[in-house]
Amino acid sequence: MIQIKNLHKSYKMGSNSLHVLKGIDFSVEEGELVAIMGSSGSGKSTLLNILGMLDNPDSGDYVLDGVPIENLNETKAAQYRNKFLGFIFQSFNLINYKNAMENVALPLYYQKVGRKERQEKAVNYLSRVGLKDWATHLPSELSGGQKQRVAIARAMAAEPKVLLADEPTGALDSKTSYEVMELIQNINDEGNTILVVTHEPDIADMCKRIVHLKDGVIVEDKKVKQVRASEHV
Amino acid sequence: MFNRDRWGEILQVLTANWFRTVLTAFGVFWGIFILIILLAAGKGLENGIRADFGDIATNTMFMWSQGVTKSYKGLPKDRNFNFKIEDVDALWDNIPGLRYVSPRNQSGGFQGNNNVIRGLKSGSFSIYGDYPEIIRQQPMDITSGRFINHSDIKENRKVAVIGTDVRKSLYEKGEEVLGTYIKVNGVNFMIIGTYHKSNANGNNQAQQDIYTPFTTFSQVFNRANNVGWMAITAVDGTPITVLKEQIFSFLKERHTIHPQDLRAIGHFDLFEQFSRVVRLFGALEFVAYFVGILVLLSGIIGVSNIMLIVVKERTKEIGIRRALGEGPWSIKKQVLMESIFLTIISGMAGIVFGTLLIYGINYVLDMNGPVDMFANPNVNLGVVVIALMILIVSGLLAGFIPANSAIRVRPIEALRSE
Repeated sequence: MIQIKNLHKSYKMGSNSLHVLKGIDFSVEEGELVAIMGSSGSGKSTLLNILGMLDNPDSGDYVLDGVPIENLNETKAAQYRNKFLGFIFQSFNLINYKNAMENVALPLYYQKVGRKERQEKAVNYLSRVGLKDWATHLPSELSGGQKQRVAIARAMAAEPKVLLADEPTGALDSKTSYEVMELIQNINDEGNTILVVTHEPDIADMCKRIVHLKDGVIVEDKKVKQVRASEHV
Repeated sequence: MFNRDRWGEILQVLTANWFRTVLTAFGVFWGIFILIILLAAGKGLENGIRADFGDIATNTMFMWSQGVTKSYKGLPKDRNFNFKIEDVDALWDNIPGLRYVSPRNQSGGFQGNNNVIRGLKSGSFSIYGDYPEIIRQQPMDITSGRFINHSDIKENRKVAVIGTDVRKSLYEKGEEVLGTYIKVNGVNFMIIGTYHKSNANGNNQAQQDIYTPFTTFSQVFNRANNVGWMAITAVDGTPITVLKEQIFSFLKERHTIHPQDLRAIGHFDLFEQFSRVVRLFGALEFVAYFVGILVLLSGIIGVSNIMLIVVKERTKEIGIRRALGEGPWSIKKQVLMESIFLTIISGMAGIVFGTLLIYGINYVLDMNGPVDMFANPNVNLGVVVIALMILIVSGLLAGFIPANSAIRVRPIEALRSE
């Protein structure tokens, strides 16, 4: 599903250049649930941004579902993001003046799906995350866990190839975190490919594979026995 | 363009901060309001002054003979000369582009002796010898009977058309006028019509004229083939101001007058006077547009500023949308449409209020009767269309910089911002 070869990325900070990713080789098969771990500054967010086409690498190859991702202009990148990727953010990033259903329907709008079909799909995905009754509520009327579940529904609405989650439980207490992880595991069980960036070991243990990043290189890449989140709830 | 979700969003964004939106809109409102009012005021002035000209054929000059001031070909200076009736045909044959040439003679007039008698009544009036075409050059309403025609000219009929004031002083109220006779300088004329000049502008002489056939006039008042003066109108598109030099040279040569003798022929060029006024209106309109658009510009800068702030406030949201796959052009379009929408709505309000004010002014003018040099201020549909175009362009301009700044921030940075 994802193949990365020799990926480099550095940032210019005034006269200094900060080399963040120093040659990453990495691939993900379909249906995997991968945790990307590392302390802050290890480059894990940068890697996720590049995978999410929010940032461009300096060099290296990136192939997503057989499509080489290179020389993207903004319009093309937006199309690919819409078609291939679903984002789940630490701070949920819901649009605060749109209700839950409208938020979920947003990626479908960019796919030019008709209004009615869009709303049906959005309600359908909301019911899959257990928030059907909250469809007309604004984000400000939802709890943190509920917001993240709306965000997950939104990420799934466009039926992307890969879900990218950047610290999805970072802003949640542990009980809610496990609920969210349970949801993510369930989605993975249906065959979806998911990448989770986290620095919490217990969250990483709920994935099927853990990739450790340190100072811009992969220091460890191992398959683990998945801990089911439902056991903690 | 007519996308329910997009419009819903535009309304959501603009109504999120009502007070700010209204304040911003006021700048544009005020600009277009001033533009409309200035244009209408200019138009009112123009209408007022055009009413003074009335429906007189404005491409006209009046020309008369004066004393000769230069000797030429053995002829002395300080002699008098007259235009002759034969000059008219010669003009038609030699000068292209003429529409009407009316030779005229006059007798009596302002503060003259009583020259017209009917029974026991008498009065002092101007008597004109005219061709039928004069009514096209100096329009008048024939209130009864008819005006002079070519049969009258051909047969030297002693007939006359009198003004309403002449009728008033020579006839009783309700008395039949047509077919009766008046005695002009001892000669009887039959009344065939009465006239009223509608745009006399308080000139009380205007209704006190008596028109007779040119030929009759010449015969009975012993004018031979002399012509007092001429009213010459050129065809539309050929200004008489251009044509008149040709006419003068032609007539000077015909009457053996030095070509450089500028004082031999006197004239009054109505077209030149009129064009001067028209140019003034052009300048007025320019000033109105200039001032109006400058005021509008400050409103537009206000809109642009607010849009920049709105975009700044929504940086994160724009980042989210782009992460979800909204293209940059779509975001740009959204900002541009918000700005155009705001501009057009407030501009329309300006147009409506301006029009209402003009309507009010017209109402007051109608109530209180006419005012000098000002009548019926208005803006026509063309101006409204122009104003709308200006608004659309303004909205585009106002949204352009904010729209670009909205997509200049890379999505990753937009997402990070708080």
